[in-house]
Amino acid sequence: MDVTTLLDRLFPDGHDIAADGVYFDGIGRVFGTEVAVIGTVDNTPIGIELAFRMAGAVLEVVRRHPGRPILLLVDTQGQRLSHRDELLGINGYMAHLAKCIDLARRNGHRVLGLVYGQAVSGGFLATSLLADRCYALPDAEIRVMNLPAMARVTKIPLERLTELSASSPVFAPGVENYRRMGAIAALWQGDLAACLAEALAAPTDGDSRRALGEERGGRQLARKVADRVRHDAA
Amino acid sequence: MSSYYEDSARGRLDGLLDPGSLIEIVPPTERMVSPHLRQLDTPAAFDDGIVVGEGRLAGRRVLVAAQEGGFMGGAVGEVHGAKLTGLLERALDTRPDGVLLLVESGGVRLHEANAGLIAVSEVMRAVLAVRAAGIPVIVLDGGTFGCFGGMGIVSRLCDAVVMSEEGRLGLSGPEVIETTMGVEEFDSRDRALVWRTVGGKHRYLLGEAATLVEDDVAAFRAAALALLDQLSDRGPDLSLAALEAEHAVLGSRLERFGGCRDALDIWEKLGVEEPEKLPILDTASFLATVRDRRV
Repeated sequence: MDVTTLLDRLFPDGHDIAADGVYFDGIGRVFGTEVAVIGTVDNTPIGIELAFRMAGAVLEVVRRHPGRPILLLVDTQGQRLSHRDELLGINGYMAHLAKCIDLARRNGHRVLGLVYGQAVSGGFLATSLLADRCYALPDAEIRVMNLPAMARVTKIPLERLTELSASSPVFAPGVENYRRMGAIAALWQGDLAACLAEALAAPTDGDSRRALGEERGGRQLARKVADRVRHDAA
Repeated sequence: MSSYYEDSARGRLDGLLDPGSLIEIVPPTERMVSPHLRQLDTPAAFDDGIVVGEGRLAGRRVLVAAQEGGFMGGAVGEVHGAKLTGLLERALDTRPDGVLLLVESGGVRLHEANAGLIAVSEVMRAVLAVRAAGIPVIVLDGGTFGCFGGMGIVSRLCDAVVMSEEGRLGLSGPEVIETTMGVEEFDSRDRALVWRTVGGKHRYLLGEAATLVEDDVAAFRAAALALLDQLSDRGPDLSLAALEAEHAVLGSRLERFGGCRDALDIWEKLGVEEPEKLPILDTASFLATVRDRRV
């Protein structure tokens, strides 16, 4: 879905969102609630400038609009792969963005992510995966790597990976796989404004993704292992 | 001297902690292996490539995690990541003096990519929860495989990173960039280029690493102890003011060095007199040479 259509459907009460190249931010209104929107278009790679800019936008919301919910609409093919970004410490810029999003949450801002295009690896880790809850549109794509590339890197035949992907959500890209593993709370369809309003009103209590993944049968061990390490007598 | 670079995860913990103080949680005897590797007929490890436990550092109570680069490059899978997340959350209950992460990882384990990515995200949130609870988290990075991918982000979420010259820290590894973007973008076989881009000396000069030590387990121990004591006085700071200050630092890094194409240009801008000589200096001479020169 293109971002103009998406914004109109998310914010039937109107929005005031300005784009600058692949970046956009502003305010959307849904059933009387003002929501800060920060996002990108065109499957853009996230390099240091963009990570820095998004972090600045989050800090500004925390500073000037205490408590205002934040919706991340980040469309990315992943972190920018470049020597120059590594030279300048892109991992530090990504971590900074993650810290800013976490700060917003700790300061009482509801933070939601909606994957409407692509979400990949580092670009996903530093943004929507840090939200209280992350959602996706059914036709969006989430991945680390596609199966042919995974087959090359792991030296496991593509046929085998394809066959296993029919029953396991661990290998292949796809929003449904991430939903089964608990990282995507739900897929949004139909009335997107109603979905958003419902997500804004839902209670949050820490990181429930492991429990969700277990409940949905997509990740059988994460919750159990983490709980054991947390609680076992040393 | 005992090389940190060449040691195993367990060897590093042995040398780092007070003798005999490590108590491992969910040890290899439990055979908590990755179910996904088994599906792929790929050899598993009984600890899934990470040791987690409790120990003492000069008497201080610490929780520790050590990634084993010898098993799949320390990559994070479902079980590996859950052990790390569980350890961090344990700190919320037991309130140790600090958490030490001996990182060595290429990032997400591609054999179980989706589970690994989500696991790293859970680790990220857990690190920030621990710091927000006032417990410092310190990273030690000097292993053979360096620290890349999601673990490169995790490292910079922590209070401080200790590195050796041999340690490497970044997001996308040089091989990944070369494979995807071409050898003109990043020649991963140019060792000198790799070290001066993601190696400990450059990370220290940029301010990404708090301390640079020799490749010696005892030196890592001393640095971790010093940071632990410093942090126990002031505690982690994730306030708006602290993050605004970090934002200003990263903004000025972009402004000052955004046009640089090589570490040598950055070192020159920092006022280092003969930047081309930095890579050959031993750690002590390097530290003396760059005193007052780092960001």
